[in-house]
Amino acid sequence: MCLAIPARIVDIDPTTDMAVVDMGGVRKEISLSLVEDVAVDDYVIVHVGYALSKLDPEEAAKTLALFAELGEQGALPQ
Amino acid sequence: MSEVRKGYVRALDIKQGRVDMSHGSGGRAMAQLIEELFARAFDNEFLRQGNDGALLPPPGSGRLVMATDSHVVSPLFFPGGDIGCLSVHGTINDVAVMGAKPLYLSAGFILEEGFPLADLQRIVQSMAAAAKEAGVPIVTGDTKVVEQGKGDGVFITTTGVGVVPEGVELSGDRARPGDRILVSGTLGDHGMAIMAQRESLGFSSAIVSDTAALHELIATVLATDADIRVLRDPTRGGLATTLNEIAKQSQVGMMLQEPAIPVHPEVAAACEFLGLDPLYVANEGKLVLIVAEPDAERVLAALRSHPLGRNAADVGSVHADPQHFVQMTTGFGGRRIVDWLSGEQLPRIC
Amino acid sequence: MKYVDEFRDGGLARNLAASIAVEVQPGRSYSFMEFCGGHTHAISRYGVADLLPPNVRMIHGPGCPVCVLPIGRVDMAIELALRHGVILCTYADTVRIPASDHLSLLKAKARGADVRMVYSAADALALAQQQPERQVVFFAIGFETTTPPTAVVIKQAQALGLKNFSVLCCHVLTPSAISNILESPEVRQYGTVPLDGFIGPAHVSTIIGSRPYEFFAEEYRKPVVIAGFEPLDVMQAILMLVRQVNQGRCDVENEFARAVSRDGNLKAQNLVAEVFELRREFEWRGLGLVPYSALRIRAAFAEFDAEKRFPLSYRTVADNKACECGAILRGVKRPWDCKLFGTVCTPESPMGSCMVSSEGACAAHYTYGRYKNMEMVNP
Repeated sequence: MCLAIPARIVDIDPTTDMAVVDMGGVRKEISLSLVEDVAVDDYVIVHVGYALSKLDPEEAAKTLALFAELGEQGALPQ
Repeated sequence: MSEVRKGYVRALDIKQGRVDMSHGSGGRAMAQLIEELFARAFDNEFLRQGNDGALLPPPGSGRLVMATDSHVVSPLFFPGGDIGCLSVHGTINDVAVMGAKPLYLSAGFILEEGFPLADLQRIVQSMAAAAKEAGVPIVTGDTKVVEQGKGDGVFITTTGVGVVPEGVELSGDRARPGDRILVSGTLGDHGMAIMAQRESLGFSSAIVSDTAALHELIATVLATDADIRVLRDPTRGGLATTLNEIAKQSQVGMMLQEPAIPVHPEVAAACEFLGLDPLYVANEGKLVLIVAEPDAERVLAALRSHPLGRNAADVGSVHADPQHFVQMTTGFGGRRIVDWLSGEQLPRIC
Repeated sequence: MKYVDEFRDGGLARNLAASIAVEVQPGRSYSFMEFCGGHTHAISRYGVADLLPPNVRMIHGPGCPVCVLPIGRVDMAIELALRHGVILCTYADTVRIPASDHLSLLKAKARGADVRMVYSAADALALAQQQPERQVVFFAIGFETTTPPTAVVIKQAQALGLKNFSVLCCHVLTPSAISNILESPEVRQYGTVPLDGFIGPAHVSTIIGSRPYEFFAEEYRKPVVIAGFEPLDVMQAILMLVRQVNQGRCDVENEFARAVSRDGNLKAQNLVAEVFELRREFEWRGLGLVPYSALRIRAAFAEFDAEKRFPLSYRTVADNKACECGAILRGVKRPWDCKLFGTVCTPESPMGSCMVSSEGACAAHYTYGRYKNMEMVNP
């Protein structure tokens, strides 16, 4: 149960703990009440108007690299 | 005794005035509203006849087409258009997808008591501009007023008539295995432009409604003399609904290629945000064409040569299928059905 | 869309499909359960099953909070809207669930109930502030992903001293659902669950972390791989599960490392612990009564508890006797095994939990995959 999307923070209002995020050109105002230490240009996972966690770009790159690994036998089967 | 200016009638107060019950009563107030607001904007020789019905010349050869559409869109004004031009484009398109040249429109208004005249004028002028640009006059109309709370500002019903020339045969039951499925451009623009304005679910973006009159684009395509089997405009329910309707009528199956389907990146992102599928989102300025395979390239080129068809694409094909499923190969490499919509597509959290 | 498109790449999908095909042991079958409605949806919508070898089977678990929401709770929401005249704010997912007396929230709206679809709990709170003369109730459903936002708004309501805002709390817990499946009657009968591993939910795990799954892996000797939300994540997780099964391991692995840590989001967890406490038991549609599986609002926040503010009572409403949702949710039956599937029970007229939301196993199969049954029946 989790329609949550990764979005980039473009603006933060520290007084209200709200941020504007951008996802593919679409912007929405969301709450930062559930996260800490986020800054503009960080990516966060957004669910029902709240940021749930920060996305770690290094881990994301590592995961993508995993997808590109070949199978155990080192070659694609015919 | 005071001197009274002969023939003086106080003009409608467009700036501050509001629709009230007298505007629907059939009396002087209504006549003034019609004359100063509607007739002045829509002005043409038929309206100037000033009768209850417009007297129109006979259409000559060909078959008559008539189509009607009611418009209840909310909000009334949205990025890219408003209920006024939408009502003109929508009915012109309904007539044009039959292969007909649209000739005349009628417009019926149900106004809510209290609706600002300034907004009404904006809408009416938008309709007039759309009708003029399309070359299709609004020749007759009607106005009613309902009490406050019984209407959503304004509801508009437009009816259009046109003529289909001999030799043009477009019908939902003509799709055949082997035919190609074409769309004239990006999908989901209108529906998401409207959704962006909704309270709570809204968002900000550059998405603009695609509302447009398609009769000239259609004429361009018909002029290629290609074997076009079916022509539709995918409005409510989106491309998926229109294709399912055609599949059922023609008793065939369809296979779409997801990577080929043009969707504006911001529309795709907005759909992601809300958990919607662009295939089911309404369009108001797009065509779906089912074309015999040998002619598909030619039709695509004709579409792309017109400003309203720049992003036209071949998105799939028709095949024999006793279940009449519309299926899709996903960009991911798997397969799924593109089913009929279950009720209204609602945003989801899951 | 960054962090989305790259994780849906068709080329990488083929690569992963090949890797899985190479690593599965021929003659051995693998059954994995995914827990997250989002995963069910991703698998169906992208046709992931088409890319898996035939001996790898995906089973859709009870990961959809809409599906497991008992009718009795929807009845309460409808009653609040129709009989108590509240503004009933809800996520759009609930409005079509058929409840008692042929009603749904949408149908109640047609009868004059003030039902409003909101994107966020914060919108319900804002409504309460804008309309102090009306009672506003927020219908709070969801697993651990959706619970922290409810905690936030309850605390905000308290700080604002609002007198017209309350929450109908129907939040449920993931680990309890997993236990329920692992201890189902079939287990007692066969001595084992016909499951080889779990794909752990994506966003629930960003909140609770990977730690809570370690108990299951150890206690029930089943591997768990937490997977991200995109179809490539799911495939990678399947590959990792296949490897664990082949190697006889039962560890908790985290494929969604870009968003999930072992401890999870402590700030969110603490907020939830402050506002909510465990209910001793809670009815789950399709699963029956499950102990310590759901939350209720603590006494300190009682004035925001709709169940305390309004005279509501909960009544169990049974599903159709022929409904096989319970067995389907536990992975022992398939949608097409149910007599009602596709005929009496469809997304338009859902009879049970698995058809009620687009993520339920039956709905997902009906909407995206039922052409497969046709091929089986009419080759």
